[in-house]
Amino acid sequence: MSAAFLQFALLLAIMTALVVPVGNWLYTVFAGERHTAPERLTYALIGINADERMGWQRYGLVMVMSNLVMLLLAYLLIRLQGLLPWNPAGLSSQSPDLAWNTVVSFLTNTNWQAYSGEQSLSYFSQMAVITTFMFTSAATGFAGAAAFMRGLAGKNGADLGNFWVDFTRIIYRVFLPICFVLALVFVWQGMPQTLNPYATATTLEGATQTIALGPVASLESIKHIGTNGGGFFSMNAAHPFENPTPLTNALHILSMLLLPSSLTYAFGRLISNTRQGWVIFGGMLVMFVGFLLTLYSFEQAGNPILSKLGAEQTISATQAGGNMEGKEVRFGIAQTALFATTTTAATTGSVDSMHDSYTGMGGFVPMLQMMLNNVFGGKGVGFINFVQYLILSVFIAGLMVGRTPEFLGKKIEAREIKLVMLAVLAHPLSILGFTALAVALPEPLKSLNNSGPHGFSEILYAYTSGTANNGSAFAGLSANTPFYNLTIGLAMLVGRYLTLLPMLAVAGLLASKRRVPLSSGTLPTDTLLFGALSVFIILIVGALTFLPALTLGPVADHLQMVYP
Amino acid sequence: MTAVPPFQSAPKKASIFSPELMQNAVRASFSKLSPRDQARNPVMFVVYVGTILTAYLTVANLVTGKPWGYELAVTLLLLLTVLFANFAEGLAEARGKAQAASLRSAREDVKARRLVDGCEEIVAGTQLKRDDLVVVEAGEMIPADGEIVEGLASVDESAITGESAPVIREAGTDHSGVTGGTKVLSDRIVIKITSGAGESFLDRMIALVEGASRQKTPNEIALSILLSGLTLIFLLAVVTLYPFTVYAGAPASAVTLIALLVCLIPTTIGGLLPAIGIAGMDRALQANIIAKSGKAVEVAGDVDVLLLDKTGTITIGNRLATKFYPLPGVTEQALAHAALLSSLADPTPEGKSIVALARQGGVDAPEPEGAVFVEFTAQTRMSGVDFGTTSIRKGAGSRIAALAQERGGSVIPELALITDEVSRGGATPLTVIQNDRILGVVALSDIIKPGIRERFAELHRMGLKTVMITGDNPLTAEAIAKEAGVDSFLAEATPEDKMEMIKQEQQAGKLVAMMGDGTNDAPALAQADVGLAMNSGTQAAKEAGNMVDLDSDPTKLLEVVEIGKGLLITRGALTTFSIANDVAKYFAILPALFVTAYPQLSVLNVMKLHSPTSAVLSAVIFNALIIPVLIPLALRGVPYKPMSAAALLSRNLLVYGLGGLIVPFVAIKVLDLLITPLMS
Repeated sequence: MSAAFLQFALLLAIMTALVVPVGNWLYTVFAGERHTAPERLTYALIGINADERMGWQRYGLVMVMSNLVMLLLAYLLIRLQGLLPWNPAGLSSQSPDLAWNTVVSFLTNTNWQAYSGEQSLSYFSQMAVITTFMFTSAATGFAGAAAFMRGLAGKNGADLGNFWVDFTRIIYRVFLPICFVLALVFVWQGMPQTLNPYATATTLEGATQTIALGPVASLESIKHIGTNGGGFFSMNAAHPFENPTPLTNALHILSMLLLPSSLTYAFGRLISNTRQGWVIFGGMLVMFVGFLLTLYSFEQAGNPILSKLGAEQTISATQAGGNMEGKEVRFGIAQTALFATTTTAATTGSVDSMHDSYTGMGGFVPMLQMMLNNVFGGKGVGFINFVQYLILSVFIAGLMVGRTPEFLGKKIEAREIKLVMLAVLAHPLSILGFTALAVALPEPLKSLNNSGPHGFSEILYAYTSGTANNGSAFAGLSANTPFYNLTIGLAMLVGRYLTLLPMLAVAGLLASKRRVPLSSGTLPTDTLLFGALSVFIILIVGALTFLPALTLGPVADHLQMVYP
Repeated sequence: MTAVPPFQSAPKKASIFSPELMQNAVRASFSKLSPRDQARNPVMFVVYVGTILTAYLTVANLVTGKPWGYELAVTLLLLLTVLFANFAEGLAEARGKAQAASLRSAREDVKARRLVDGCEEIVAGTQLKRDDLVVVEAGEMIPADGEIVEGLASVDESAITGESAPVIREAGTDHSGVTGGTKVLSDRIVIKITSGAGESFLDRMIALVEGASRQKTPNEIALSILLSGLTLIFLLAVVTLYPFTVYAGAPASAVTLIALLVCLIPTTIGGLLPAIGIAGMDRALQANIIAKSGKAVEVAGDVDVLLLDKTGTITIGNRLATKFYPLPGVTEQALAHAALLSSLADPTPEGKSIVALARQGGVDAPEPEGAVFVEFTAQTRMSGVDFGTTSIRKGAGSRIAALAQERGGSVIPELALITDEVSRGGATPLTVIQNDRILGVVALSDIIKPGIRERFAELHRMGLKTVMITGDNPLTAEAIAKEAGVDSFLAEATPEDKMEMIKQEQQAGKLVAMMGDGTNDAPALAQADVGLAMNSGTQAAKEAGNMVDLDSDPTKLLEVVEIGKGLLITRGALTTFSIANDVAKYFAILPALFVTAYPQLSVLNVMKLHSPTSAVLSAVIFNALIIPVLIPLALRGVPYKPMSAAALLSRNLLVYGLGGLIVPFVAIKVLDLLITPLMS
């Protein structure tokens, strides 16, 4: 037990220690005036005016239009892959609904995989669509966050930055350097990085086994730095080549948290109030630790059904104990719990265990974290989501100090609240709406492999994962049907753009407002008390909405195990 | 100007629940049931529609012979919730109207002597139109709001202000405004009516209180959007719950789902929100302040800078003589004697105080034979007395120095030293000259109002900046500002200076409140975010400001800020309470809703409520009853104590946030225990 807590503490301490240096680095990326030579060359090649200043409308429009173009192009590539080169296996095109789902999934950084890669995507499609999107979708999210932060910090609503510059800088200055170093470390730890064909081995029994290889290390690094989550192998991070050692497991976890946690500090720098950044970081960390301990304790407690049958599930020197179904023995409960909490907090979606096999309440945690999508959160969107609740908290609490609400010196008025509520509405609308549709129709229910609360959890998890742009699957649901492909695709779009765009508008509107000077009569938002309040509001407004659905899914699931 | 004790509101507190008000409010509860009234409040509209649906389900069950008792109970409870919300709004309206009516009653049935082409005709006061001229003589009531265009009179304004001392109102001065319903005690005046029947400020405020024409304030609109958004989210959560329970194999009853929805949406704040807004106006009215819009009251809570007139706000109205400073070679007695002689016939408080100070020092003298008193005028800037060959004058140092030179005397340098010293001490130097010889200086000190220092310290902690406005020279102003503890001051202030200062502060993003009465204050009053005009002031000032103080009491500005803050705090506190309540309601209703599908979920029934039916009913009863329970709080407002925002937040979070979490758990459990025997 204490070894588990030591691991948690150590990992979170390293993450916290990295917040300041990485945050400073992100700050210079977001705020720096100078363009590097490769960047200038890129702008010149694509024909972009890097000095254009964009307001929120323009920034949002460029972001959506660039994404739309990528969506259409990628859709065409995948549909026409039969006619395109680098298709040695002669794979035909994906069906229209599957192609739609695949393209949207990677465009939105969800990496939900309704297809099986080796059976339906050519090398060309893998490279031109999947790998490219791993960079661009993450860069799009971070660019959105950068513009959002500038809006909150700025004095000028007509200048939230330049989408192309943000997009390019994040890839050149953040993703590529980190990924390069990380890939080398991964190779050192034993991850394959090769373009050679699959290896053939003779087993001890004398049978011949084909071992899949490939450029794994390079993909693994961007997979987690960009909180993408789509794995090289279908086993994802549970596969020994994707995650060979405890060190790589820890590095995976750290790389998922690296940028989302450091964004809080970069934000503090941008608004010249690092305390505010730390309060946001603290709020996220408190929720993270709470969720981690919940998940860990339920999984370590073991499966109640087995307990009743007298199975030994306590942790000891000779066994990991707890509910080990669907988990790697080499990681044990603690590393698995940490990975699962991280991948759903940072909405990455990679897995090193099967979430479907968790106890009911163990499965509750990943779902709730994705529903909130602001416990660190992925690709900048998590940060935006947190601030969305911060604004909500300011509005409610601000009144209690006898002033009309203001956040970072800007008045929060009807227009901002309207947009914030629209963004808050996006998650329940998509998650609950599509889940209700799926369980109400006869056809989607045929995809279920389980009935009762567990089956319900499978559907709920799928739409939650899609909406939160997470991409992990609860398994047990055959999701490659036209209905699921279409609706989960829509959920992914709602989850990404219906949060990003309204909040970008809020930032733009706030930037245009006159700054109200601070006084001791102003509600302080950079205090412990306010951080606690915003966590409280997140749990009451964000989580309570989903409580009925969670009760019918994981909670009932768990209680049925305890009281059969 | 009336002498109201510092910082106390007019003691006019109507009881919240007087029988007459209750009657009106009950009537309003039902008359507001029309869909058009309900649609104004999105949260309560959902409850309204829910009531209609459950009523339909009750009747449907009745007709088809299914059990209908539970359905009926829920229907009645939802109806009660709507009625309670209506009642809260009705009560707030009734109070406002009663308050306004008591102010207005005085002017009903007044006959007016209207001047038409120079001839008088008697008409009813209610028939007067704007720009009519009326004559009012001693003993008569002023028929409507107006401005004196001819004459001067003492007026008894006690009907409006509660203050019995008469006040002087005069044409062409900054005190030319008169209010309908007040009584002329002396002289004859001609008044130009500034507002016809139904158009006075009071009438406008009554209209603001009344439901139909009440405009929502900006913050109220924003809060309504937030509440509507929450309602939409919970609507989504509850509507999707039906297919979920169908999947689980035990479809939830529509009535229970509606009950759950009504419990989850913020009905407590939604139902009380209009009442809170109206009550803010009521509280202003209770303090004898007429707000021209609800927005003005709301903005008052946001004010960052208060421009306060020194006289009347920081110091008591008059300066008093506190010390004699003789020049070298003059005895204090000689100076006191001369000052005394020059002041014996001086009717001003300053003059009287000089006499008193001289007598205190043992110097006294009768009024000399044939003394001619010379009054102070704006041109001469001095006053004094002439008798025989003696001529004594007292006045501003520069003026007296000039006079000394005219009379062939000399000005010794010590005079300047003394006047500077007096100024630095916060007093006004009054130089005394007898014939051609300057005797010395009398210090006239401002008396700081008792308790004002502490009050400014409080304001400072609240984050408000106080600026003292005075006509004094910078030295005196600085001394007084220091003594009173204001943050800043504006000396030798002209109306233009005030305007400039307001613009500067606003440029820096601050909201400014000021009080004024003169016509030359009007532009500044209009520019300020909160412009409080004195009722005794000119019509121009009253039109320019967004509030009018019937008491014409300069300290009212502080009260206005507190009323504004109280209004916002009440809104925030009840919103927090309302949202926090949801946790307990979930724990009451969810197990009840799902226990048929998954019996194991009864573990979540942490309150150990008796049955699913009693659990749902207890939650709905709590949800309905909490509205009337909180009406007194909504109408009186959460008491505002001046402290820093951080301290206020932790205090209010503890009371309304934590309280909002805990109270419903206890209350729902108690209600469950109470209704269980009734149901069996």
